Amino acid sequence: MTINELKDVASQVRRDIIRMVHGCQSGHPGGSLGATDIVTALYFDQMHIDPKHFTMDGAGEDMFFLSNGHISPMLYSILARRGYFPVKELATFRRLGTRLQGHPTPVEGLPGIRVASGSLGQGLSVAAGVAQAKKLNGDNSLVFCLMGDGEQEEGQIWEAAMYIPAKNVDNLVAIIDYNKKQIDGPTDEVMNLGDLKAKYESFGWKVYECNGNDMQQIVDTLNVSRANAHKGQSQIILAHTEMGMGVDFMMGTHKWHGTPPNDEQAANALSQLKETLGDY
Amino acid sequence: MKIEVQNYKDTRSGFGDGLLEAGKRNPKVVGLTADLTGSLKMGDFAKAFPERFFQVGIAEANMVGLAAGLAIGGYIPFTGTFANFSSARIYDQIRMVVAYSNKNVKICASHAGVTLGEDGATHQTLEDVGMMKMLPNMTVLVPCDYNQTKAATIAAAEHNGPVYLRFGRPKVANFTPADEPFIIGKAQMIQEGTDVSIFACGHLVWKAIEALPILKEMGINAELINIHTIKPLDVEAVLKSVAKTGCVVTAEEHMRNGGLGDSIAQVLALNNPKPIEMVAVDDVFGQSGTPDELLKHYHLDTPDIVEAVKKAVARK
Repeated sequence: MTINELKDVASQVRRDIIRMVHGCQSGHPGGSLGATDIVTALYFDQMHIDPKHFTMDGAGEDMFFLSNGHISPMLYSILARRGYFPVKELATFRRLGTRLQGHPTPVEGLPGIRVASGSLGQGLSVAAGVAQAKKLNGDNSLVFCLMGDGEQEEGQIWEAAMYIPAKNVDNLVAIIDYNKKQIDGPTDEVMNLGDLKAKYESFGWKVYECNGNDMQQIVDTLNVSRANAHKGQSQIILAHTEMGMGVDFMMGTHKWHGTPPNDEQAANALSQLKETLGDY
Repeated sequence: MKIEVQNYKDTRSGFGDGLLEAGKRNPKVVGLTADLTGSLKMGDFAKAFPERFFQVGIAEANMVGLAAGLAIGGYIPFTGTFANFSSARIYDQIRMVVAYSNKNVKICASHAGVTLGEDGATHQTLEDVGMMKMLPNMTVLVPCDYNQTKAATIAAAEHNGPVYLRFGRPKVANFTPADEPFIIGKAQMIQEGTDVSIFACGHLVWKAIEALPILKEMGINAELINIHTIKPLDVEAVLKSVAKTGCVVTAEEHMRNGGLGDSIAQVLALNNPKPIEMVAVDDVFGQSGTPDELLKHYHLDTPDIVEAVKKAVARK
């Protein structure tokens, strides 16, 4: 896809996010809006996938894992827009009986979801296991894992961060949605993450940085990481993002981490986001 | 069944040998350990299938995540560490990416209970069965001897879904027939009787077998059933036995809260309330000592089973 086409998809995804969390008056709009560009680029430009024939083992396909499961509206919208399930199903988000649970789960049989996430810090380990399964299978496709920055505070992340380079897992690309905010406030205040780049480098990773809301930079960085896969190097992208990106009053604050907009706020937000693919 | 002691072996060796056999039968079987290859007797598997063996270091949470990932990729992962680090330490990980996500992961938990011995309470988990049986989708296996643990390991590989397999460290009587298949969810009749139903699991099955001649001398004709599968519980076998005997004794190397006795009591209360006595640890932590000393100290020994039977029969 061209950069402009990707931007159009991202705009529609952001509309979906606002409408989903507004519709059920719950969910996490801030992080969802911030990570939209990265995951749009993955699903609509980078990953080799077959959305119409979803398989649990993803043999021969690139696979994506969302570790910070609370930004599920973003993932659901992208999966639906990419053809994994009907777009109209987005209207069921967080409602009784839905396949679109508050946090992603494979239990309800939603195509595109392979493991539950939501309890933080676990996705990187799972993604590494999948990557090692691909190696055992002689499958050269890649595994991508998006994590939050707040979740870097979980100990398990660093167990996986130590394991992956030590075991030469080079068919996985980790990405941190680095928006510098978490529920209680700025990460600097809640738990200073320090120099994440230096930390990962000292664990043996090749670290890239990009503006995670600049589609060209995202695609360029992902292209580099794809080209460098299977070369004995574990790779991670620090994607600097803005929580709430695309909706002016949701940006620059952590307050929209887990708060849905009211009717007026939702209308205001939607007026800032171009409808490009048709609302569900 | 005819009870004949073939030798004295540790159940963890049954796991190790079962894993090797499962690995030979199915190339999808993989092993993971958190720095306890030797303790879990996984060395032969690691040597036979080095590419299918993952040493993850002392990082149990990561190990469970890796196992879930390998299961997504179509493999049958067996994780091996001590029971406490296979349960309490990583309960949330098991809950979310194994049980809730319904992944084909086998959590293999050694050195369970007080018979771990001298290491003391930090390592003597007595709560793991309770934690694991509360998780939907989880199958909980507590085999009684070497042969049965080996067979249970092979059965776990053939079962599609999450399994918690609990075994131990000490060498104990190995008496189940080597060729007896392990059927998940099917209780094993050790001796038929009419006066009391003894339901036991793990190491305490042998302790209950030792109680049988003592009870016979006292004129009590006891029925002994090995509940090697705590979940799904063989409710039919339990109710059938109790309908005949009218009273129950449970025996396990686990906390009374949450253990086998708890499960049996629930079945009785809901279906056919009868007197029940429980041989189990009563809401205290373990301590250092030899396995035999500890079994005696925590009232998990043969005389304790005999006493419990007398009480249960008297309450009929």
